[in-house]
Amino acid sequence: MTIAAGALPAPTWGRPWIILWCAVLAAVVLPMALAQPESPMLIYPVGWEIPFKTWISAAIKWLVEEFDLGLFTFKQLTRGIAWLLDGPLWLARAILLDGVVIPLGGERVVALPPLSWLSLTLVAACFAWRSGGGRLALLVGGCFLYLAMFGWWESAMVTLASIAIAVPFGVAGGLALGIAGYRRRRFEQAMTPVLDLMQTMPIFAYLVPILFLFGFGPVAAMIATIVFALPPMVRVTMFALRQVASELVEFGRMAGCSRHQLLWKVLMPSARPGLMVGVNQVIMLSLNMVIIASMIGAGGLGFDVLDALKRLDIGKGLEAGLSITLLAIALDRLSQSLARRSLPRRAGSQLGRSAGPLLILGVLAVPTALGTLVPALAHYPDAWRITTGPIWADLVKAINIRYFDDIDAFKNLLLLNVLVPMKRGLADIPWVAVVVAAALAGYQLGRWRLALLTGCLVLFIAVSGNWEKSMVTVYLIVVSVVLACLIGIPIGIVAAGAPAFNRVVQAVIDTLQTLPTFVYLIPVIMLFQVGDFSAIIAIVAFAVVPSIRYTVLGLTGVPAHLLEAARAHGCSRAQVLLKVRLPLAFPEIMLGINQTVMMALSMLVITALVGTRDLGQEVYIALAKADPGRGLVAGLCVAFLAMVCDRLINAAADRRRRTLGLAS
Amino acid sequence: MANADAVSRRVAAAGPRRVGTGLKLALKGVWKLFGPDADRILVTSSPAPSPGELATRNIITAVRDVNLDVREGEIFVIMGLSGSGKSTLVRCMSRLIEPTAGEIVFDGKDLLRASEREMIEIRRHRMGMVFQHFALLPHLSVLDNVAFPLDIQGVKRAARYERARQVIDLVGLAGRESHFPRELSGGQQQRVGIARSLAVEPDIWFLDEPFSALDPLIRREMQDEFLRLQTLLRKTIVFITHDFDEAVRLADRIAIMRDGVIIQIGTPEDLVTKPATPYVAEFTRDIPRAKVLTARSIMAPIEGPLIADARVSGDARIQDVAEQVMRRGTAVAVVDGRGDNIGLLTREAVLSVLLGKDIAK
Repeated sequence: MTIAAGALPAPTWGRPWIILWCAVLAAVVLPMALAQPESPMLIYPVGWEIPFKTWISAAIKWLVEEFDLGLFTFKQLTRGIAWLLDGPLWLARAILLDGVVIPLGGERVVALPPLSWLSLTLVAACFAWRSGGGRLALLVGGCFLYLAMFGWWESAMVTLASIAIAVPFGVAGGLALGIAGYRRRRFEQAMTPVLDLMQTMPIFAYLVPILFLFGFGPVAAMIATIVFALPPMVRVTMFALRQVASELVEFGRMAGCSRHQLLWKVLMPSARPGLMVGVNQVIMLSLNMVIIASMIGAGGLGFDVLDALKRLDIGKGLEAGLSITLLAIALDRLSQSLARRSLPRRAGSQLGRSAGPLLILGVLAVPTALGTLVPALAHYPDAWRITTGPIWADLVKAINIRYFDDIDAFKNLLLLNVLVPMKRGLADIPWVAVVVAAALAGYQLGRWRLALLTGCLVLFIAVSGNWEKSMVTVYLIVVSVVLACLIGIPIGIVAAGAPAFNRVVQAVIDTLQTLPTFVYLIPVIMLFQVGDFSAIIAIVAFAVVPSIRYTVLGLTGVPAHLLEAARAHGCSRAQVLLKVRLPLAFPEIMLGINQTVMMALSMLVITALVGTRDLGQEVYIALAKADPGRGLVAGLCVAFLAMVCDRLINAAADRRRRTLGLAS
Repeated sequence: MANADAVSRRVAAAGPRRVGTGLKLALKGVWKLFGPDADRILVTSSPAPSPGELATRNIITAVRDVNLDVREGEIFVIMGLSGSGKSTLVRCMSRLIEPTAGEIVFDGKDLLRASEREMIEIRRHRMGMVFQHFALLPHLSVLDNVAFPLDIQGVKRAARYERARQVIDLVGLAGRESHFPRELSGGQQQRVGIARSLAVEPDIWFLDEPFSALDPLIRREMQDEFLRLQTLLRKTIVFITHDFDEAVRLADRIAIMRDGVIIQIGTPEDLVTKPATPYVAEFTRDIPRAKVLTARSIMAPIEGPLIADARVSGDARIQDVAEQVMRRGTAVAVVDGRGDNIGLLTREAVLSVLLGKDIAK
């Protein structure tokens, strides 16, 4: 923590600050030198811990078992909600996968077949073609075809069914909350910290409570997905509505709109492009949740990946991971292009308009109906299946045989010289010093309010009894973020100067961002086995994206007239970069680092699967033991670490931006 | 353009636009303060707090004790630089912004006493507003944008489209009904904005810097278009601008606003000839006198028998009668509204105005 805080730029390094920071340094060194090894200054005493976990567990237990709302119990309420979601989910699965069998008494039944794989592939391609042209149609069609050809169709349909239900609910819920927040500042103020917490809490942490409240199975998994995908929609809704030009709102009022009319006839349609971004986010987050949700019974592709991961079945894991990725890419590109096309255009041929739905209906119905006669249309024939699993397994085996020594040597070098010493060092810093340093950094960047916040959040971590694991977390995050920045920022700098390279980089990072987090683990485990090293590699791979993106954004965002001025004064290219572009892009780069930290933290918990001993592991254990209190408290610790980091970096970036006159 | 110019000349030559005597809208002691406890301070402090006092309490004064009357059928221009409070003031008139204190009397009724429901009805049927950045709904076609206020009122589709087509015709956009706003130029977009605000046949028409976002040439064209519409429609208009030239061109009367206070209200001629403060004088300094002065204001008294054979209206602007006077060897008679001779307009007087000599009395 001290290191992270000290690295922040301090715009006003007056003398008092130096004295204060020296005091902090003394607080670190002196107790280490003088105090007894077991002193409470060094190691947070177990006796001082407050048993939050037990309390929370007890509270949830009471909620589930005792709480009575009068007409019905709380448990009946939650099971009722689950039952409500069950219907739509059943319908979606019936259409996509199971079909419907209607008994007509006796032996006679009418069986409605599910959609043929060919129908769905063609329909997806049709939509893609209409909204984004031939290339998109090929991409989307290709993705669906992969699912069929590689034998993942059934799993993919299970996943697609739950997403098809989770997304509308997530969008509707997000819209409702967002609209309420837009209308009432109070509500927004109350909601913001909750949203912050929901977005920074590791997903695992609220799986256990959901398990308790909604039981095990696809519906509970879907609720977890909705809860996870909802917060960005709420934020996007509020943001998009606020972005609507004030003149438009005034016009609506002048036209005599009632509140209802103003919202549905003026605000929502005007905010539509922004809202569609939110819908896209909900889709992507839902897909990201697929694997995690399979831990509480979602089934589908997520289960396949998880299963392969557990059995270290490399080929299967890769193929299943790839199918989630392709599904994600297809849905992402499709929804983005639909969003872009959401602005109306003058009617083209009326024929084209009315022919569209008919065509799609036909494509849906004909192969599906024919499927009752031709089995190859109903189910993709096994004989046509392809698998590349063995190839991957062999490849990894070959790499491991050939390069094992090199990889291992590199790994050990890094472990022995950097990772282990750093881990020890962080563990040895007295907790008191960390709390003080966090508060001091907060005070320096944001006065008392920030100081109080950061100090208290760090103190909570100590009090909750997760100090040691938190420090391991900090160590993993610091190493990963530093590595990610060392890789990402130079790439960003080069990309900002070379448009052709930049296009390649953007394409790669766009793809990286659509990959579900779990997918990163698969190759890493195959090559580096379990342990801190693998975790760090996975985190870096996942979190490097924003540091590249924001660096490019910041550097290319420097106003052209400033660059001209610099060149007019005779700056060389290097001087322009070092003296003009980088300083001006600094706030943006800081935000990129902030995002990197956030993403690293969200990946961290998942890397618990590859055997780290940090907060992620704590959450994971809680999930395994079904201990909601333990999971939530560890989750809170992760969230608080994220918040401390986020608030400090943001405050620093804000300050810098104000000094540069970039913010109002 | 040529056609529009001709129209404007004809309009200007017709002398002052006929303005009814009826009072349409009156503001009495209207205040708008922003900031902590802004609502209470006017009630608790008497006499009214000074600007300095308000500033020390972190209260921003947007509108300060404004009194003005807008007469039926006149173009009342509120002119001020950015931050002068003019936009806030026009929004107070329709209660888009709630005034902190005062009365807003519209057709004899204080709007501040109207309920939310009543305000919605008043805005729906009796007020129209045009916005600086057009405020067109991006997802609706021109036709639907113009028909939107009628849709809000619950007018049936066929009826509202018929009315919308009429006003689209009126502003010269016929044939573009199915376009979307982003497919139109700025000038065309504002024509849509104007058509939309006229669709409900409002009693009072607010225009908030409607032409400020347009290129100078287009702006000029739109001003002419606006004058043409006004000769047809005879609306009561409150027009906001930061451009004094525009104000002079369009206004029957102008209110000059600065720091939330109205400094002077008068005809363009009054402001030029009798500026109330150096601030007003600064604005009017570069305005060609011939554009604002009327024959009445520079005529000589009639001494002896009248020998002039030509006559001009006392309200005619010098710019429009100069040629006529200079062509003749003799002075022309100035007549009032009833056709009685009230003075003589000499070549010397006209010449000195054209040359920009100071003729302020």
